[in-house]
Amino acid sequence: MTDDVTQRVLQLARRRFPAAEGLTADADLFQGLGIDSVQALELLSELEREFGVEVPDYELLDVRTFADLAARVAERM
Amino acid sequence: MSLTWRELEGPLQGALALELGTHPLNELGEAALVELERFVADALPACRGVLVVSTLERGFCAGADLRGLAAGLAEDPEALTRVRAFLVRIGAVFRALDEAPVPVIGAVHGAVFGGGLELALCCDVLVADPSARFGFPELRLGLVPGFGGLTRLGRDVGQAWVRDLLLSGRSLSADAALRAGLITQRVAAGRQQAAAERLLAQALRHPPAATAAAKRLLKRPDPAALDREIDAFCELVQSPTVLAALRAFVARTDPLPYVAQERP
Repeated sequence: MTDDVTQRVLQLARRRFPAAEGLTADADLFQGLGIDSVQALELLSELEREFGVEVPDYELLDVRTFADLAARVAERM
Repeated sequence: MSLTWRELEGPLQGALALELGTHPLNELGEAALVELERFVADALPACRGVLVVSTLERGFCAGADLRGLAAGLAEDPEALTRVRAFLVRIGAVFRALDEAPVPVIGAVHGAVFGGGLELALCCDVLVADPSARFGFPELRLGLVPGFGGLTRLGRDVGQAWVRDLLLSGRSLSADAALRAGLITQRVAAGRQQAAAERLLAQALRHPPAATAAAKRLLKRPDPAALDREIDAFCELVQSPTVLAALRAFVARTDPLPYVAQERP
């Protein structure tokens, strides 16, 4: 399931951030997207709407890659 | 751009829009407080209702002016007296807004953090768009909220949510805030002000005496609890932990450093 979630996270990021085009599951989320803390929160809000689960923002503190983020989403589904 | 108010028109005639428009994100410092005091003294007593809104694209309000607080604590030996006086003054303004006999509707988007959330909690009803996020990041700085936010959040959504938000420092999305009962209406992107104006227009159809009576019954925070928040803030604010956190905050280059702490 996590692989599927990772692909959906990447698709969502690509819709929202042009820099996400071409990034893979193991890419660094923040460096790859070049986003600041406010945009990171916007991404979290969109993830909540996409997946119907709430991921607290402190979970981002040790998230590095899209796959890490997808795992945090998946464990709340 | 600044904190101003204007008369609304049509079905909202007699009501005022209190518009926050100070860059970078409506930080609440001395300048904002002076304008809020003018609003409460000169405009609020004669109006039929209030719409509280930010005119800035990036959000509603990031909270207290921590840069101003840091500068004051560094330079002024009488800082604690000044901080307490500021908290008492802003507490009086927030109580006036919270307990006004007229409907006060908040239309919020983007960051609604710290003192900004405390301001929003003075509104009778909050309408948010999907970009809104709500949180109390104060503990990250070694502080507690001091503008009455804990008391009002507890009143509005219950202590379990207060503890979660305060102790985690996390922020809630608009959808999560809707589930928690912090907001009661979530509308499409950019539609929060229009929806809030329609809600205010509906509230203004009611006889003012009934609205005033309802608000007297509903919105009476415990004054002693509000005072305890000020005491707790003042006990913490001059600690080395807080001074170091404020120095680190001021040194940050993130355009909106209020909303997240440094990643490890």
